[in-house]
Amino acid sequence: MTEDSRAVEISNVANVTMHGGAHAWRRRRESVIYALLVLLSLIPILTTFGIIYVLFSQAFAFFMEVPIMEFLMGTKWSPLLIPRSFGVLPLLVGTLLVTVAGMFIAVPVGLGSAIFLSEYASPRARRWLKPLIEILAGIPTVVYGYLALLFITPIIRSIFPQANAFNALSAAIAVGIMIVPMIASLSEDALAAVPSSLREAAYALGANKYEVITKVVVPTASSGIAASFVLGISRAIGETMIVTLAAGATPNLTLNPLESIQTVTAFIVQISLGETPWGSLAYKTIFATGALLFVLTMLMNLLAVRITKSKGRF
Amino acid sequence: MTARVKIDDLCAWFGDQQVLYDISTSIKDRAVTAIIGPSGCGKSTFIRCLNRMHETIPNAHRTGQVLIDNADIYDHTVDPVTIRQRIGMVFQKPNPFPRMSIYDNVVAGFRLNGTARRVNLDQIVEESLRQAALWEQVKDRLKEPGASLSGGQQQRLCIARALAIKPEVLLMDEPCSALDPAATHRIEDLIHKLKKNYAIVVVTHNMQQAARISGDTGFFLDGTLVEFGRTKGIFTNPKDKRTEDYITGRFG
Ligand SMILES: Nc1ncnc2c1ncn2[C@@H]1O[C@H](COP(=O)(O)OP(=O)(O)OP(=O)(O)O)[C@@H](O)[C@H]1O
Ligand SMILES: [Mg+2]
Repeated sequence: MTEDSRAVEISNVANVTMHGGAHAWRRRRESVIYALLVLLSLIPILTTFGIIYVLFSQAFAFFMEVPIMEFLMGTKWSPLLIPRSFGVLPLLVGTLLVTVAGMFIAVPVGLGSAIFLSEYASPRARRWLKPLIEILAGIPTVVYGYLALLFITPIIRSIFPQANAFNALSAAIAVGIMIVPMIASLSEDALAAVPSSLREAAYALGANKYEVITKVVVPTASSGIAASFVLGISRAIGETMIVTLAAGATPNLTLNPLESIQTVTAFIVQISLGETPWGSLAYKTIFATGALLFVLTMLMNLLAVRITKSKGRF
Repeated sequence: MTARVKIDDLCAWFGDQQVLYDISTSIKDRAVTAIIGPSGCGKSTFIRCLNRMHETIPNAHRTGQVLIDNADIYDHTVDPVTIRQRIGMVFQKPNPFPRMSIYDNVVAGFRLNGTARRVNLDQIVEESLRQAALWEQVKDRLKEPGASLSGGQQQRLCIARALAIKPEVLLMDEPCSALDPAATHRIEDLIHKLKKNYAIVVVTHNMQQAARISGDTGFFLDGTLVEFGRTKGIFTNPKDKRTEDYITGRFG
């Protein structure tokens, strides 16, 4: 409905109800509903601000005791055992290792299935497959964590006997699989949104199907596809259960995926579950690392929004 | 004038819905043939059967023959890609590739099938844009995106793009329906010039346009070709009552 036609409709409704006191009553009822809706919509906003406030005020308290440079640049993470050390790089590198390795799986598989779904699958197959993929996206991550531990890790260790029982690779594979549905689904949306008139134009110029897909459809959808990758990265950075179960709890500054590592999220779980005294420095580390995580995923999400906005016109 | 394209007993379907019934006619070389008829009568389907675009739609098929220079374009040895290169198409809504520059849009046909290295792109760009009467307006901004042009310019860009791959026949599906009168006039001028070198088929809803630009006219109704002949004859002395009703606006 356009702005104008809505205005006309509202004034028509108003005319009908203008008789007697019905009009005033109706106005009062609408303003009550309006106030209620505003109140309800404030809840998520206030909650978000509350979380951000707690996160950053506690993180600030942490940085009063540990210089921020030491935190960001330090290469040893040992917040509980003396001598203590608060270099977050091992956790950060652990997170990035899992994320990057996971994306190596999620990007090709996710984009491949998106292209298959949107360009090759028959309309009937698509009607079945798309919801199936979306169900896959709903599998609890703890299931993926067990999958990694009980299924992927044994395979890895049979190929690389030197691999640790908890290792980054196993978690990364599970994280990658977990993200595939998300990338497939979002990329498929982007591909399906490419106007068919562009496909037609390309066919009419004598392009074959492969050329139409690789040179017209995918490039035109590239901003939506890139956004799905970035959101996938954001998911991987924040993923907690899989890495807690499968990647280990050793803050190891390494790029070797066969070693046991610890990610930022897994560390937060470890401290949250332990009996760290409330208000202690160790307790405050989870806010510092949490704030770091928040900033990272926030940047990723902003990037995704930027990508879709900047080039998302056909 | 010689016949360039011959159509023999052409039938077309979407799924099991038949939309064209036994169409037989011929398209002359170096002339404009107009296709008229009410909405949904099968005009677009007809011209899309002439360059094998119909089959790109899932579940669409056809029977019958389309001969270009006496060779059936539906012969099983023929690659639809080569047919679409020989028989160019311009669509109702201008559809330049939005991510490509004006330059790249013109040579998109070569870029898409990887033959760009074998030809002199600069020369093709200038030649095609001149043919489409767009060169003077865009020659200093060839690197700008195709989407930055006005609607009428975009349509001429699409015509240039179709001409760049040197087709023998040009199919135009309501090329002016998204344009204002001035832009329409320019496209009509252009069609007039192009007919010196090509066989052109134009679908139009505009009777005056059909009368102005075409030598032959075919009137379609409900998937059948009701009447086909010299445009002058169709418009001044139609043989079929339904044709007369349609062109005088008494239809429906
Ligand atoms: N993609 C499609 N799938 C199914 N049916 C279609 C499709 N395209 C067209 N049709 C049907 O085929 C018939 C002929 O359509 P066509 O587009 O050829 O008509 P047209 O004469 O070009 O109409 P218009 O003047 O509105 O463009 C119509 O009944 C239409 O509903
Ligand atoms: Mg049409």
